[in-house]
Amino acid sequence: MEEISALMHGFAVALSPFNLMLMMIGVVLGVLIGVLPGLGGANGVAILLPLTFTMPPTSGIIMLSCIYWGALFGGAITSILFNIPGEPWSVATTFDGYPLAQKGRAGNALAAAFTSSFVGALVAIILITFLSPIVARFALEFGPPEFFSVYLLTFCAFVGMAKGKAMKTIASMMIGFALAAVGLDTITGQLRLTFGFTGLLQGFDFLIAVIGLFGIGEILQTLEEGLEFKGTSAKLNMKVVIETWKELPRYWATSLRSAAVGCFMGIVPGGATPASFMSYGIAKRFSRNGDKFGTGEVEGVVAPETAAHAAGTSALLPMLTLGVPGSPTAAVLLGGLLIWGLQPGPLLFVEQKDFVWGLIASMYLGNIAGLIVVLTTVPLFASILRIPFSIIAPVIMVVCAIGAYTVHSSMLDVYMMVLFGVVGYVFKKLEYPLAPLVLALVLGDRAEASFRQSMLLSQGDMRIFFSNGLVGGITALALILLLSPLIGPLRNRLAGR
Amino acid sequence: MSNNDDRSAASMRTLDLVVAGLIFLLGALAVYDSWRIGAGWAEDGPQSGYFPFYVGLLICGSSLVTFVRSFRDARAAGQSFVSVGQLRMVISMLVPTAIYVAAIGYLGIYLASTLFIGLFMVWLGKYGWAKTAMVSVGVSAVFFMLFEIWFLVPLPKGPLEAALGLN
Repeated sequence: MEEISALMHGFAVALSPFNLMLMMIGVVLGVLIGVLPGLGGANGVAILLPLTFTMPPTSGIIMLSCIYWGALFGGAITSILFNIPGEPWSVATTFDGYPLAQKGRAGNALAAAFTSSFVGALVAIILITFLSPIVARFALEFGPPEFFSVYLLTFCAFVGMAKGKAMKTIASMMIGFALAAVGLDTITGQLRLTFGFTGLLQGFDFLIAVIGLFGIGEILQTLEEGLEFKGTSAKLNMKVVIETWKELPRYWATSLRSAAVGCFMGIVPGGATPASFMSYGIAKRFSRNGDKFGTGEVEGVVAPETAAHAAGTSALLPMLTLGVPGSPTAAVLLGGLLIWGLQPGPLLFVEQKDFVWGLIASMYLGNIAGLIVVLTTVPLFASILRIPFSIIAPVIMVVCAIGAYTVHSSMLDVYMMVLFGVVGYVFKKLEYPLAPLVLALVLGDRAEASFRQSMLLSQGDMRIFFSNGLVGGITALALILLLSPLIGPLRNRLAGR
Repeated sequence: MSNNDDRSAASMRTLDLVVAGLIFLLGALAVYDSWRIGAGWAEDGPQSGYFPFYVGLLICGSSLVTFVRSFRDARAAGQSFVSVGQLRMVISMLVPTAIYVAAIGYLGIYLASTLFIGLFMVWLGKYGWAKTAMVSVGVSAVFFMLFEIWFLVPLPKGPLEAALGLN
């Protein structure tokens, strides 16, 4: 059990007083970010990333990942109390969470949501603990063609899972790739797509894009609904929590199914949002009370929360082992690793053992800390939402502007952020998915490099992506996923005849 | 009045067509520039424009399909992208934000933020001057403490900070 001893060593790294303090700060900040509209996991981490540059990488990543856990927990608070999903992945939580709150069972809904979030995360972390060293060892053998086929798989999965929006997904993803290509070509030293603007020499920073697309875009969208938040009040005491905990074991099957769906969707980059909807749908179909879903069933809160948190957590597995993030927030964390000079990927498990296992250990601790924080401080965070939007909105704008500025100490970035904000608002309303754009922007250079290296190896022969069983298998799987939106309608048409 | 607010300012279809058109142009731009710097195969491997060229082509292709699809979609023509009232809210946020961001360069981030938050509270929130001043100055002061003193991250400063000797 090599993993266990490595993990124990990780606990020793993570359990320093400084790291524990950062963990608590991270979780509290994360819940705050999750509760506030316009600040979410991805852009919250992006805004705070520059503040961690001076910390040791392990401490930095512990704090940032704890912000992420906090945001995952926090999204549920607004969904249940205010019927406003604080995060996209908690939309499905509103279906039964808000009706429960209206019935006066807000406490039960919250306790169920937090506990199942924790369970989902725990399953995913256990998976990471035992699966990631295996994946990393396996991936050590990867060459450029293998890496490119993994990237291809990542992006084809997005297209395959975009129900009816395949074209918009491709467009959004390719815009990300195009933006990533802007600037100096590191291989030939040539300028690309800069059109003579010196400001574009550095290219587009994905942190700016994330803050604009997710932050500003979301505020603009929230504004449409007006300035008032109307919510129910929360009473969460130990009695309600224990009462809910007694009820939860009844839904073990739902929990297990949802955790499995979540882990799968997190590793294959489907993300937390589709995972939460999918597992809500599955729970509705399998549950004995399925027809009562939507009227305030605790089980209807358990399913999406477990899946969202499992997906959000397991998205870090491919990020750490392959350097391929499974979600926008994982992409931002990956960006952080690169800035700290750590190359994510299989070598991380060989060369940076302290870092990797410290991070994994902090996942266990961070989620326990998160559970405690949210169970004890819900009324506090709920009261933040009672601050009128006419104060909150400009303050969040200021936070976003500061966040964008601190990335490179450049005003141009702040202007870009506003531009990305408008794009984010329009894209969201027209159902262009934003996650593929961000992932393409982060991975663009690496994907292109692995593609060009492969082409160099094969002298331009595309058959290199089928040259052995491994790379051929991954490429084939990617193509199947890519074409899967076409297969369904085709089969229906054939069956109709 | 409220009737007017609910009126659609633009249909889903119009926006879809416009955005698909813009994305197509973006793709065309990428294709053009990649072609200009060479999108083929040099002696030492793929040229700089090789990858972005195909990326640009995919952008053009996918946006073309979206364009044609939404052109045919009669249902979307009836759907509202944004109502007049919603658009007014969005613009009332967006315009001050643009001015705020532009003002940061001249006034420094702290003064600009104070004015920005203050303006919002008075204009949209209808708060009194005393409460507005307290909140807007308070928030900026907290940020100043946080960034300049605690994290030692210098943010853009302007004439006010210079006058106060805080640079």
